[in-house]
Amino acid sequence: MARVMIIFAHPALEKSRMHAHLVPMIRNMQGITFNDLYEKYPDLDIDISREQALLTKHDIILMQHPLYWYNAPAIIRQWQDLVLEHGWAYGHSGKALQGKYISNIISTGSQEKDYRQGARHGYPLDHFLLPFRQTAVLCRMNYISPYTIYGVHRKDKSDIVEEVQKLRSMLEVLKSPDFDLSTLDTVTNLNELIKAPVQTS
Amino acid sequence: MDQHSLLFQSMVYLAAAILFVPLAKKMGLGAVLGYLLAGVIIGPSVTGFIGKEGEDIMHFAEFGVVMMLFLIGMELEPTLLWRLRSAILGLGGLQVLISSAAIAGLAMLLGVKLNAALAIGMIMSLSSTAIVLQTLNEKGWMSTAAGQSSFAVLLFQDIAVIPMLAIFPLLAVHAVQTEAAHSASIRDNLPAWGQTLVVLGAVATIVIGGRYLVKPIMHIIARTRVRELFTATALLMVVAIAVLMNLVGLSSALGAFLGGVVLANSEYRHELESDIEPFKGLLLGLFFIAVGASIDFSLIREEPWIIFGLVLGLMAVKALALFCLGKIFKLSTDQNLLFSLALCDIGEFAFVLLSLSEQSRILDDKMTGMLTAVVAISMAMTPLLMLFYEKLVQPRFTINETTEREQDQIEEHNPVIIAGFGRFGSITGRFLRANGVNCTILDMDSDRVDALHNLGIKVYYGDASRYDLLAAAGAEKAKVLIVAMDDYEKTTEVVKMVKRYFPHLQMLVRAKDSQDSFELMDLGVLHIYRETVDTSLRLGVDALNMLGMRAYHNHRAARTFLRQDELSLKSLSAARDNKKEFVSALKDRIAEMEQLISADKIKTWLDEGEGWDSSSIRDEVKGEPE
Repeated sequence: MARVMIIFAHPALEKSRMHAHLVPMIRNMQGITFNDLYEKYPDLDIDISREQALLTKHDIILMQHPLYWYNAPAIIRQWQDLVLEHGWAYGHSGKALQGKYISNIISTGSQEKDYRQGARHGYPLDHFLLPFRQTAVLCRMNYISPYTIYGVHRKDKSDIVEEVQKLRSMLEVLKSPDFDLSTLDTVTNLNELIKAPVQTS
Repeated sequence: MDQHSLLFQSMVYLAAAILFVPLAKKMGLGAVLGYLLAGVIIGPSVTGFIGKEGEDIMHFAEFGVVMMLFLIGMELEPTLLWRLRSAILGLGGLQVLISSAAIAGLAMLLGVKLNAALAIGMIMSLSSTAIVLQTLNEKGWMSTAAGQSSFAVLLFQDIAVIPMLAIFPLLAVHAVQTEAAHSASIRDNLPAWGQTLVVLGAVATIVIGGRYLVKPIMHIIARTRVRELFTATALLMVVAIAVLMNLVGLSSALGAFLGGVVLANSEYRHELESDIEPFKGLLLGLFFIAVGASIDFSLIREEPWIIFGLVLGLMAVKALALFCLGKIFKLSTDQNLLFSLALCDIGEFAFVLLSLSEQSRILDDKMTGMLTAVVAISMAMTPLLMLFYEKLVQPRFTINETTEREQDQIEEHNPVIIAGFGRFGSITGRFLRANGVNCTILDMDSDRVDALHNLGIKVYYGDASRYDLLAAAGAEKAKVLIVAMDDYEKTTEVVKMVKRYFPHLQMLVRAKDSQDSFELMDLGVLHIYRETVDTSLRLGVDALNMLGMRAYHNHRAARTFLRQDELSLKSLSAARDNKKEFVSALKDRIAEMEQLISADKIKTWLDEGEGWDSSSIRDEVKGEPE
């Protein structure tokens, strides 16, 4: 059974619409570690050894956050700077994360069609996530394209309920006892997992 | 002397000092020269305000030298002594030996008897600690190689005075019937072993008393909280040592020095220093005035050539000896020149030794008078020589190597002084210490000082609102003063005093509440810390956390609240002046609280223009076509 951790970053959850509904659902799921960075470290003073211990204990790491300025909120960067130490996460002897899978769960205000050449944001979302992808490579991890919830600005109550269900089923797939980690090598992004037939080992 | 003439005399001395010392300082000659000059003017040679009784005053004022040695002893921390050991013993020892021998030899060539020549050699080998150190400090040369070497030599000389004081009576031709000074000694009627025993006993009394008696006594005195008792105790200590030493026939200066060394590491050191310092200063000043008054100008008029020849000859011999030593101890040429010029004068101890020589009939009156004039003139030359060095010699040496060797510190000078080491200051102090910042800590609670002392933390007992105590704690060179005392009245006293005398010090001041803060703002304090604000807010944050509100929001809300609170405090402070006459203090506080609370529109601050609030962009997007 794959051990899944969600690293969550939202500086103002009390004002959020989408994540405010996703978070209680995830917290209620058994078998998923939910690591709420802004709640744990309101002064950005990250406990490095705690974070490293958590990373070691999990196979799949998902960074859940809204997309701010084509990036994650500030605490994720702080977390990367402090936790991914040379000699531990990368470098000749830095093999603590080797072979683990890492990805993002991202919500965007704009719709998917805005993330195209010639559209408002000019590039597909994956282009903006290049730093995450290469960071994973440097840490000998496997990066999977993210689970994305597009167009949050236009979603109403019922849309949001639907998104909560969709994310739940994706996470159910990941944490199911017969889930094979190598499945992740075959999908183009995490959204696909919902439709993809579950491979049994 | 009847009472009227005593008052009149005091007036003359004080007025002369107040008139001439600032004048001399203004002309760059230093305080010592000012006193000497004042003495010359009021002395018999010029205006004649004081006559022969000046000599009585000189003997009385010699007690200033005893105090000076007590203070020098207290400055002699063993670590400092150890670091400078080779310079002190080697350079200092050789300087005294060579200069004494050379001058004594020359004196004998001029037909002086052996014992007198030896006395002259020793007297003239000494340099003026007061003038040299002060001049070097003024010019900022203290930390140069020459400055350090000079300090080492002066230190050795100060110590060498003590055996000299002991040797001089031995040089006396008619030692048995010297003056009344010895009549009180209980040593005289004892056999040799008894004398040794008495002397050892006296020294042991000072050491043991200093170690084990002073602390409990000071502790008891501190508890009475009567300030002047401290001064009385400090004076009593020095006087008692002097009496004890006289009783066994030793020099009181030696005893005072020993007492000082014993107390060097005591936590009451700064307090004792600041108590004795003014007396020492005044008495030394008086001493210098008396010396100035005793310069016999008729002698100079009679034999100007001999006297000036002696001044130049002595200084040249000393400078030459110093220069050779500087070469041996590898001083560079420019530093060596400074070192030689600085120390070639003859010091204030010469006056003491000269009067002693006269008392014990080693030197006759005429010789003493002439040499006193020589010493005074040579002292007057020192600032001029320094000026000469600065303007003409130093510019010739383009490579100035003052920066290479000089990391050695002469005294313990910490960048931070903490006044008050109670529940507030102790946390700040521990935090700074944990981050490698050394602090000089002052506290007024003698029980606490003792308790901390037992824990191995060096805390000095003393009242930080006193100028001299802060000066002794190194306020001149410190960067930051943390005022964390429990007593708010004292806090304001410290602030006022520091603003006036140490304006360079940045002050971080603890305040109890907003009322204190207002007053501190009025005093111009920039960094004010209300003692409970941060903790109250931290508690508030935790309460919000427990209620399930987001931790990061609560954290930022507390920051915002604090910022806003300090802003409104400032505006309230400005408004306060207009009405404070007629509103009672209590009413004032309630009104102030109301205003503060009404200013707490935290909801609106937090909601204003935050990038994480997407409601406006949502509205915008909804207006757009799909």
